[in-house]
Amino acid sequence: MNQNNQKDTANNKNGIYDVGIDKGASRLTPEKIRKVFDALVETEGGARLRAYTNACVHCGLCSDACHHFLSKDNDPRLSPAGKVKQTISRILNKKAKLDVDFVKQACETVFTECNLCRRCVIYCPFGIDVAYLMLFVRRGCHQLGVVPQYIQDTAHSHASTFNQMWVRDDEWIDTLQWQEEEARDEIPDLRIPIDKKGADIFYSLIGPEPKFRAQLIYQMAVIFHMAGADWTLPSAPGWDNSDMCMFTGDMEMTARLKKIHFEAAMDLKAKRIVMGECGHAFRSVYDVGNRTLGWKMPPLPMVHAIEFYAEIFREKRIEILEKFDRPVTLHDPCNIVRGRGLGDEARYVINETCSTFIELEPNREHNFCCGAGGGVINCGPPFKNKRVESNRVKADQLAAARDKGAEVLIAPCHNCHGGLEDVIHHYELGLELKFLGDIIYECMKKE
Amino acid sequence: MHELYKLASGIFVWIAILGFAAGMIGRLAHLALTARKKDPVVYQYFSLYYALRSMLHWIIPFASTGMRAHPVITIAAFVFHICLIVTPLFAAAHVILVMESWNVAWWHLPDPAADVMTVLVILGCLFFLIRRIAQEHVRYLSTAGDFVLIALVAAPFVTGFWTYHQWYGYETAGILHMLSGELMLLCLPFTRLFHMALWPFTRGYAGSEFGSLRHARDW
Ligand code: HEM
Ligand code: HEM
Ligand code: SF4
Ligand code: SF4
Ligand code: SF4
Repeated sequence: MNQNNQKDTANNKNGIYDVGIDKGASRLTPEKIRKVFDALVETEGGARLRAYTNACVHCGLCSDACHHFLSKDNDPRLSPAGKVKQTISRILNKKAKLDVDFVKQACETVFTECNLCRRCVIYCPFGIDVAYLMLFVRRGCHQLGVVPQYIQDTAHSHASTFNQMWVRDDEWIDTLQWQEEEARDEIPDLRIPIDKKGADIFYSLIGPEPKFRAQLIYQMAVIFHMAGADWTLPSAPGWDNSDMCMFTGDMEMTARLKKIHFEAAMDLKAKRIVMGECGHAFRSVYDVGNRTLGWKMPPLPMVHAIEFYAEIFREKRIEILEKFDRPVTLHDPCNIVRGRGLGDEARYVINETCSTFIELEPNREHNFCCGAGGGVINCGPPFKNKRVESNRVKADQLAAARDKGAEVLIAPCHNCHGGLEDVIHHYELGLELKFLGDIIYECMKKE
Repeated sequence: MHELYKLASGIFVWIAILGFAAGMIGRLAHLALTARKKDPVVYQYFSLYYALRSMLHWIIPFASTGMRAHPVITIAAFVFHICLIVTPLFAAAHVILVMESWNVAWWHLPDPAADVMTVLVILGCLFFLIRRIAQEHVRYLSTAGDFVLIALVAAPFVTGFWTYHQWYGYETAGILHMLSGELMLLCLPFTRLFHMALWPFTRGYAGSEFGSLRHARDW
């Protein structure tokens, strides 16, 4: 057991400096830390917290469900229950001292060593939701003001602009008009309808699209146009459906974000929301948003882009000229496959658009996370190497599909793209990454 | 010695049974109330259909991916738990004791079967003990309580076996058997052994959330 204790301290913080964590924690005292966590447990720690922490029999059957554990040579500190032991178990133990070093380590653990991907939940015999427990600790870190700097900056952007990327209102509208103009070179009567009342579809997307990848808006506009969809986007805030605040533990802000998003759709009297290809944004609206706002289910129908694509193929509203002919494989994003069971729909769309499909193993609910999710990639450059090293299993999984012939990796999630790009690059896998929308756009009939 | 025997076979039995029942009901009721107050989502998303669907996949051997990934542990855990629950309920000695005291009786195991099952439980305890020490990631999770727990569960089986075979000192073993059995019963609601009562709820809730909200499988 001595050996374990050694590991506890030697690996602390991995020597990574982060202003948000180190500066934030340096302002605290053990009394203050104890007080904040105790108050949190008292007010928000309910039956789930108790049931999960009491039911766990320390059997370790969740260990090899976690890509962090597997990728770091079965480091026991990184098993799901290991992360629980280092963080929430100590918090619940009233006798344990919670000092500044504890907060630093706990913060790094819950923010950068768990992607909240919930793979472990389906391997634990008790169905213990470790992601819930990690989020609980993140909430405490947020209340203590100890949050990694980069993701906190994103949360600040949400708080001041209602979008993730500090996009100003005029920039947003400019971008839409610019993309409309570009697209009109290709399809002269194409429109990107802004603030159209009573449209069938309220389309929402994530902040990085207008900021860095405006051509995705163009692509989606072409797909909507050719499918004959009646759609619109709002000019005012509410267009960004993403949310980093739910990952930093700032649930008050999450409530505001999800509210303005739903309200933007309802103000325009849209019949339903179609969301772009993002997994975490979908989780924030579909699962987290409704809960946080006190609804069992979202107040109006909403679908992920995959469901919309599947629909227009089923209804034959879109035509593929020639199927994509390079062999493709699919990364099932946790937040829409474990989070919404869209694995079959994604495969249906791939079948309609691609000639050769090679499965990743494991897949669907059992797929490994890309390593970026849960806000981990948003913790930024200080943690990048660690993040990529913590997902060696992803690289092995992808390499196996590549060896079977896959050349293109489809990932219908923005966040996954970020994570997978780094994995592909670091492990020199030579796969090309695409969205489903990229493939549809490339292969569809456009006139 | 005789005094202790009288206590162990008299008042302690009642304390153990009542403590067990009150503890189980009390803790589950407390949890249910806390959930009402602080986790109303639990009631909102709970779905009997999806809860049962999930529980079935986790109570049938090898029906979940996780169980297939760990075949040895799965077999050990099932044999251990089945014997652990069935043996004391249907051991001839227990059925006879109950009949003599309260005049109710039910089917009982043939003695050799009970004997084998007792040994299986003891071997199961050893298996879990060794695993806990030998596997680094399980050792890391272990607390002193986990070891005490294994001892607590093993004790009535070791002493029951001893008594049954009338080995040296079996009279003392008989008293120890009653005491350890009572202690274990009493500890069920107040230690990690409470996992037994929590399982239907944690599993059921995971099944409900995955099934009705996330449209996904959790096995
Ligand atoms: C509540 C008080 C208990 C009393 C008074 C009691 C009494 C007895 C007695 C008199 C025997 C028979 C020994 C013989 O055949 O000579 C026995 C056997 C046994 N008891 Fe108990 N017992 C109690 C609790 C428990 C508990 C809680 C467990 C396990 C969880 C348990 C497990 C066993 C087993 C497995 C045997 C059979 C051993 C074999 O056949 O090899 N007992 N018990
Ligand atoms: C009927 C309800 C029960 C369920 C569903 C259940 C479930 C489980 C599960 C899933 C494990 C982990 C399996 C593993 O390590 O392979 C476990 C371990 C264990 N259970 Fe149970 N259990 C139940 C009842 C009991 C009872 C009544 C006892 C004791 C009186 C008990 C004692 C133990 C012990 C000692 C372990 C081993 C923990 C270790 O790895 O050290 N269980 N149980
Ligand atoms: S599998 Fe579940 S019960 Fe076992 S250690 Fe992990 S969280 Fe705890
Ligand atoms: S939620 Fe995902 S990343 Fe977090 S502990 Fe579980 S398996 Fe690992
Ligand atoms: S980024 Fe993708 S793979 Fe990673 S947690 Fe999110 S949905 Fe899962």
